[in-house]
This record gives sequence, structure tokens and C-alpha cells, in this order.
Amino acid sequence: MSCPPPTQRKRPAIFSYCSDPASLEGFQWLSCYLTTGKHMAFYVSFGTVLLLLAITAPLALAFGFFGASAARSRVLPLSLFGKGYIAIVRGVPDIAFFLFFVIALDQGIEWLRHKVKCPGWDEPIRQGNDFLVCQIAKMPLNDSPQWVHEVYGFSLAVLTFAIVFGAFAANVLFGAMRAVPRAQMETAEAYGMTPRQSFWRVLVPQMWVYALPGLSNLWMVLIKATPLLFLLGVEDIVYWARELGGSKTARFTDYPHGDWRMWYFLALLLFYLAFTKLSEIVLERITRRLSHGQATVAGEAQRKGQAKGAAA
Amino acid sequence: MKSLLLGSAALALSASFAMADTIRLGTEGAYPPYNFINDAGEVDGFERELGDELCKRAELTCEWVTNDWDSIIPNLLSGNYDAIIAGMSITDERKEVVAFTQGYTLPSPSAYAAMAEGVDVEGGVVAAQAATIQAAHVAETGATLVEFPTPDETVAAVKSGEVDAVLSDKDFLAPIVEESELIFLGDVYLGGGIGMAFRQSDDELRGKFDAAIASMKEDGTLNDMLDKWEIEGKF
Repeated sequence: MSCPPPTQRKRPAIFSYCSDPASLEGFQWLSCYLTTGKHMAFYVSFGTVLLLLAITAPLALAFGFFGASAARSRVLPLSLFGKGYIAIVRGVPDIAFFLFFVIALDQGIEWLRHKVKCPGWDEPIRQGNDFLVCQIAKMPLNDSPQWVHEVYGFSLAVLTFAIVFGAFAANVLFGAMRAVPRAQMETAEAYGMTPRQSFWRVLVPQMWVYALPGLSNLWMVLIKATPLLFLLGVEDIVYWARELGGSKTARFTDYPHGDWRMWYFLALLLFYLAFTKLSEIVLERITRRLSHGQATVAGEAQRKGQAKGAAA
Repeated sequence: MKSLLLGSAALALSASFAMADTIRLGTEGAYPPYNFINDAGEVDGFERELGDELCKRAELTCEWVTNDWDSIIPNLLSGNYDAIIAGMSITDERKEVVAFTQGYTLPSPSAYAAMAEGVDVEGGVVAAQAATIQAAHVAETGATLVEFPTPDETVAAVKSGEVDAVLSDKDFLAPIVEESELIFLGDVYLGGGIGMAFRQSDDELRGKFDAAIASMKEDGTLNDMLDKWEIEGKF
């Protein structure tokens, strides 16, 4: 029933000589400094960012695909829903959306659980400034371990990112669907394909090449938007860089240092630059592959290049 | 938890009692000696030790959560954690939104620190952490207030010459002044001591912690802890 005792100045014993950092210098000091538990948390947070991107990108693409399909639907309510989604989310500043949506979503989920799990509750949910639901409606439960809280916060962040970037992706895909030459669709219809068949067999395979420039742009913006995680209470690389870089006095750490934020943020800058560069290379390859056999300028150039190669 | 007693469903009631024992404590983790993140990446400091002891006395299981100072009160109100224990001074303004326990430190001096003697703290440019009693005080004097989200950035601003002086808790500045070229200029007494903050609807939980703080004051353990972390003022 009691709290765990406070653990003070515990070090991971990665290097045996780290037991007395004050006596160390140069490289040895640095190797100890860079392997403290706090730094480990910093390194792990890079993984958090990459994980966010890995989950958010396909999810946003899915949101975008459904948004675009809905927007071009012939069913009016569906089309209005799709267009409304694109217009509203694209029109609201990211930060406002992030701050509003996460709180609203969190309280909305708790309110729904509260309605289901505590039907006998007779007190108002809002008392003055407080938002109160019964204990078992809490999301996550109060006694869940900290990692559950973190995963829940992270999931909210992923969902919010996916909704925001999904709207942009929807707009890109909507445009891409319309960019597929009309003649292609007419040909499909002439072969007797139903609208559904021609959508899936002709339109969708061909639209990606038109969507790619817009989508690759979005991917870049998404990478750069990950520091917003910090706003959502997820301890990401920006949080740790600021925490680790701040000046430390000898009373509270074994590794006192001055204001090193510049170096930590420089490291972040390099990380983001390297990551976007890598993305550019990969996207370049995907573009080349998607253009293959397409009735576009790039596809045509590839075809001619191949023909020339064969002739020579 | 008071509201729990009023709940009618017996099953829900018994289930909730078993769960209500885990209390989430919210802190900033950037304000030594009160609270900070140690080398191992865990919450540490005077309030960590105090909070753990209080939970032991109140027979509660406690979990530590860190949160940005700026949103520390809103996140308490929306139920992300159950109490704030983050060097928060008891003020009338804050009492309008949250409920405080009795103070576990005496009203402690805040102090101005600068790079040189003779800085005009009433007319110059002074840094303070946003949404603190120090920021409110600077705004009341004739000085130009520059706010920063974390305490560390206020100190960095003085060192870089961006501002003339910083106003912060003296206990926070003391170790920094000791180790750098900063000097103290003068003290001001602000606020009514530091207390734990709860949701206003959470009287029962607040009562438990209040009683625990009182018992620590009585047997002198609180004074020992204040001594250990070199915080001014004894009960």
C-alpha cells in the first residue's frame, strides 16, 4: 500500500568506472554522462517519434482515402460529410485543433463510459471547474500502471495527427482522383465495368502517381510536426532535449553543466535533417516505380528511355 | 471520492473503493530542490520524499506524473491526476480554482538575482516563470516582465544578458548563485507557503493529505526533510 521509496542517484552500471563521475574527465566523463537513465529516456523518445510516424502515416492515408472517396460520392450526405471534414480540419490551425481535440476526445470518452458504467450517478459531471466522472469510468483507470496512461496519451496523439493529416491527404487524393484522364474511365465503362469495378481497377491504381507529390509533401510536414507531441503531454525528444540541456548544479546531479540546450537542439536539428533527407531518397524511388507504364510525362520518358536502351 | 459514497449501485461502489486507492500526483520535475528529474530519469527532490511519506501515512498508493507547469492546473481539473505537488504557492487567485492543503513550507522568500550589483529591479527588465507568484509580483512593480515556460530558462536569460534580473524562489536560486557568477540582490516575501492542490470537489482526499501533513509537522519529520533539502523556514 505504500509508495516505492525514492531512488536517488541510481546509475545504470553500463561502464564500471561511472561510480564517481566527479573524478572523470573528457571521453570517460562523456561516456558516463551520455548513458545515464535520463539519457536513455531521451534515446527511447526518438523511438516514440518514429513509432508515431510509422502508425500515423498509414492511418492518415486511410482517413484521407475515405475522406476523398466520400467527398466524390454521389450520395449527397456522404459527399457533404467528406467535403466538410476536409474543409473544417484544413481550415483550423493545427495547434488549436491539437489542444481542443485531445481534451474534447478524452472527456468525451470518459463521459460515454460514465454513462454506461455508472447509471446511478446523481451528481453533475461539471462542478465548477472540475470535470468529474466516477472512478471506474476513468480512462485509463487511476490505478493502471503509468505505461497504460502513456500508451493512452500516445494513442490520442496518433488519432489527432491522423485526423489532421488525413484531411490534407483527402484533399490531395480528391485532386488525384480527378486528375486520372477521363478517357481511362470511359474506356473502363465501355468494357462494361460497373462504377465500383472501374473505381478499384482503373482509378485507384492510376491516381497514386498524381497524388505522390502532394503526399510526399505531407509526409515531410508530418515529420516536422512531431514536436507537437510535446504539446499533447507525450515526453518526446523536444521535452528531453530541453530537460537535459538546461543547466544543472552539482547538488542535484552527478553531472553538473551549464546551459547546453543549444547542443541538444542541434542534435535534434541533425536528426530531422537526416530523416527528411532519407525520406526524400525513398520517395524519389517510389515516384520512379509508380510512373512506370503510366500515361504521364514521367512514365512516357521511362518508356522512351527503355526503348532507346533496347535499340542500342 | 465524496461523490462515490453517494453512488447508488452497490457493485460499482465496492469496485470503486478498491480502485480509488491509487492516487496520481502531478508535478513539474523542473524545480530543484522541490522537484526535479534525477540522473536516472525519475522524479526526485523534497516533494518526492514528502509526497511518498504523506502517501505512506495516508495509506495510499501513489504514482508520480510529470506535467508542464503551464497546464498543470487544467490537467488536474480534467482528472488526469488527483493532486498537484509542485512547489505551488498558496494564493487567493489559485484558491478560486483549486483547493489547497495547509502549507508544508513557510512563506519562503523569493529573491532577485542578477549578474552585477546595482541593477534596478523595479524599473529594469525582469524574468520570471509564467503563471507564478513571482511573475505576478514583477508585473505589479514598474519593471518590464519577461515570462518563460520553465524556471531554468529564466536563469539562462539573465546569464545571456537578455534580461537584467530574475525573480524566483530563493531556494531554487541558491544553489545556482553558489555555483555561478550570479548574485542575490534582495528578498521579497510572496504567497502563503507551498501546499498541495486538489480539485475543489475532492475534499475527502484533501483531508487525508492535510492530516498527514499535520502529523509530519507534529513529530518533526517535516522539519528534518526541510533541513535535508536546505529549504528555508521551519515549523
